[in-house]
Amino acid sequence: MNGTVIFIDNKEIPIENEQNLLELIRKAGVDLPTFCYHSELSIYGACRLCMVQVEGMGLVPACSTPPTPEMKVSTNTEEIRKMRKIIVELLLANHSQNCPTCQKNTTCQLQALAKRFGITKVRFKNQLREMPPDESSPSLVRDPNKCVLCGDCVRICSEVQSVGAIDFAYRGAQTVVIPSFGKALDQVECVNCGQCARICPTGALTPKSEVDEVWKDIHNPSKVVVAQVAPAVRVAIGEMFGLPSGTTTTGQIAAALRAIGFDKIYDTSFTADLTVLEESGEFIKRVTTGDRIPQFTSCCPAWVKFVEQYYPEFVNHLSSCRSPQQMFGALAKEMLSSELNVKPEDIVVVSIMPCTAKKFEAKRPEFERDGVRDVDHVLTTQEFGRMIEEAGLHFKELGPESFHMPFGFKTGAGVIFGNSGGVSEAVLRYVSEKLTGQKHESYEFTSVRGENGIREAKLSVAGNEFTLAVVSGLGNARRALDRIRSGEAHYDFVEVMACPGGCVGGAGQPVFSDPLVRRQRTKGLYENDRMLELHKSQDNPYIAELYGTVLGEVGSHKAHELLHTSYRTRKRILDEDVSISSGDEKSLDISVCFGTSCFLKGSQKLLHDILGHIRSKGLNARVNVNASFCFEKCDKGPTIKVGSRTIEGCTIEKAIEAIKREGVALAEEVRQNV
Amino acid sequence: METIRKFERVCEIIDHNQRNAARLIPILQAVQAEYRYLPEEILTFVATSLGISPARVFGVATFYSLFTLKPKGKYLIRVCNGTACHVKGSMGLYGAIVKKLGLRDGEDSTPDMLFTVETVNCLGACGLSPAMVVNDEVYGQLTPQRVSDIVDEIVLKEAQNESDAHGA
Repeated sequence: MNGTVIFIDNKEIPIENEQNLLELIRKAGVDLPTFCYHSELSIYGACRLCMVQVEGMGLVPACSTPPTPEMKVSTNTEEIRKMRKIIVELLLANHSQNCPTCQKNTTCQLQALAKRFGITKVRFKNQLREMPPDESSPSLVRDPNKCVLCGDCVRICSEVQSVGAIDFAYRGAQTVVIPSFGKALDQVECVNCGQCARICPTGALTPKSEVDEVWKDIHNPSKVVVAQVAPAVRVAIGEMFGLPSGTTTTGQIAAALRAIGFDKIYDTSFTADLTVLEESGEFIKRVTTGDRIPQFTSCCPAWVKFVEQYYPEFVNHLSSCRSPQQMFGALAKEMLSSELNVKPEDIVVVSIMPCTAKKFEAKRPEFERDGVRDVDHVLTTQEFGRMIEEAGLHFKELGPESFHMPFGFKTGAGVIFGNSGGVSEAVLRYVSEKLTGQKHESYEFTSVRGENGIREAKLSVAGNEFTLAVVSGLGNARRALDRIRSGEAHYDFVEVMACPGGCVGGAGQPVFSDPLVRRQRTKGLYENDRMLELHKSQDNPYIAELYGTVLGEVGSHKAHELLHTSYRTRKRILDEDVSISSGDEKSLDISVCFGTSCFLKGSQKLLHDILGHIRSKGLNARVNVNASFCFEKCDKGPTIKVGSRTIEGCTIEKAIEAIKREGVALAEEVRQNV
Repeated sequence: METIRKFERVCEIIDHNQRNAARLIPILQAVQAEYRYLPEEILTFVATSLGISPARVFGVATFYSLFTLKPKGKYLIRVCNGTACHVKGSMGLYGAIVKKLGLRDGEDSTPDMLFTVETVNCLGACGLSPAMVVNDEVYGQLTPQRVSDIVDEIVLKEAQNESDAHGA
């Protein structure tokens, strides 16, 4: 096809690898409207907004029509203009009308198209059947009244993230996008990455706001409100105030936080530096003893939940390090309380994050001490931007201010945590000096940089060969894990970020759909690194001081108490047991796990044998048998539960013995009752 | 032991279809033939065994009107309400069945799960209008009296089967 041309609105346009008319039309400088076309997703052709007139073919959707040489395309005929208007009017007639109070107000594409097509009046009566929004998730709100059924969220969740927590259900006018069986979002396998909300053209999926709670604590005089700002925020928030993407606004962020009323302003990059030391220390220990290699990074909470629910056998490969957000929370509550002479419960830690999953992470039960949460509120970059707007600050004109010490001091290594490849590079900067015992002048490891979703790098450090993988996007993570499991790939260290491109592309960032924005933000972070005085976490003097005064050494007992955590295997979907056979009221409960992991380890055969045993011994009336989905003991499956006893690595012999043991007790109990 | 047999049957159905996600619809058809509906937990099990998300299975199960997620009675009465039948008074037939079975507002099955009644849009038997189908049997040129008799016949047959089973 290359070397040929097509004609778009009488303009000659060369075909250069474009797969569809839409790409060519955009190349011709015409911004063809669409809801459902995204270069990173499969072509769906549902919204019909990109219809164009092709000579000899009539009206065709540009997104799903391949170009042929000499094709004559018109994008603005009277018929097309009328049709676009009607499509948008029909969508509006079936849409919630509360634009001014919608989170997506001014960034909504439906709103933008209505304006663009000059729609001042909808000729159709509003037909919306109001449905309740789902606010169960700590990270996201799903409002079906604002859904245009473009399917972008469905495709990004299954195609890019390989999760598939939401999908279309029902048909025709009843069609909705919902989790399985209409369950709440927090009851299903959603990992809270929020990519659905990032790509949603309207307000149907949005990050859950915690702005009101934060204002309340700021206005409460007895609370000391402490902010931590994640690396990726500083190169993105400017977009909300008219600055080009990638512009570093660290100083303005500090100024804005101070003006809003935060008492202390710190940098999550500081605890990212700390993470580098702890995670590298763990890596060196593990790689020299050959223990649980590859080591996986654990900074990304969506990735952690993903491993917990899909790859139980790899859960103990995750670094035990808390994410920088949670390290900060634990340290702030531990140290600031005595330093500022306030009770731990009166310190409020607010994180400013590019991420929706961080909201979920902050609420994990692990991150609490004596009833005090380590991190109290998590604001996305967007929410922070809205607070700046609400406070009436002219962000662009704010004079740069500085962060508070000691947690406000960072090296470049802590800053590049915000993009894919950053954690690996920061770890390499530490490990290369630690293993050789020498200081190096250079600090850049460009082999781990790049844009591919899976990148591999081989490095030789002090005579040791290390293979690294840098992965972003959970679909890529699944591919990498499957290759590791099958033995096709071997890595020593694997960095995974759930969002394509890493945190700079997080769902909490200002709304964007062009991948170029992500690239510019990444560039901004690397520039930041170059501009900072120090580039290696181990050179951060405040980190050294922290180890000297509080933590002792890397991997110490105190460090473990404050900076490390543990993980668990986790069910994907709640409440889905299958009752196989029920006895009478006093029966013994036997549940056989049919979760994926146990299933693969032979739970079907085990259930069959157990049922055979029950039948042959005539125990039918004395037992209830259930097939259950996941006891969250996946690494030691197949698992069964007999009464209150959980039996891991179960065989039919073990099962019979357990039933016998319970059976005797049961018989005695029955006898006593008689 | 009935549920054990059914569950083992589900495992067989999935194995028989080579655990192939592309065969989801035939799998769901076979499962529904076993349970007379698609229980939620069985759908989750099917999704897990096929390696697809439960949301996708739920989507397919709710898209086709052939599938039902609500338990249905042993006898499924489908009254045709296509244009021809409607004109010939199909809603009267429907009303007569509902009254005969003592169904209250919003109910479509009898408490003993013997009957479920629903309307369908054209059975393609317009020449027989008004028509209905009970399980796989077609009845045409119906009157409210005739449908009431059909229900009686089924109840009688069931009672006989019951007493035969006990007598044996």
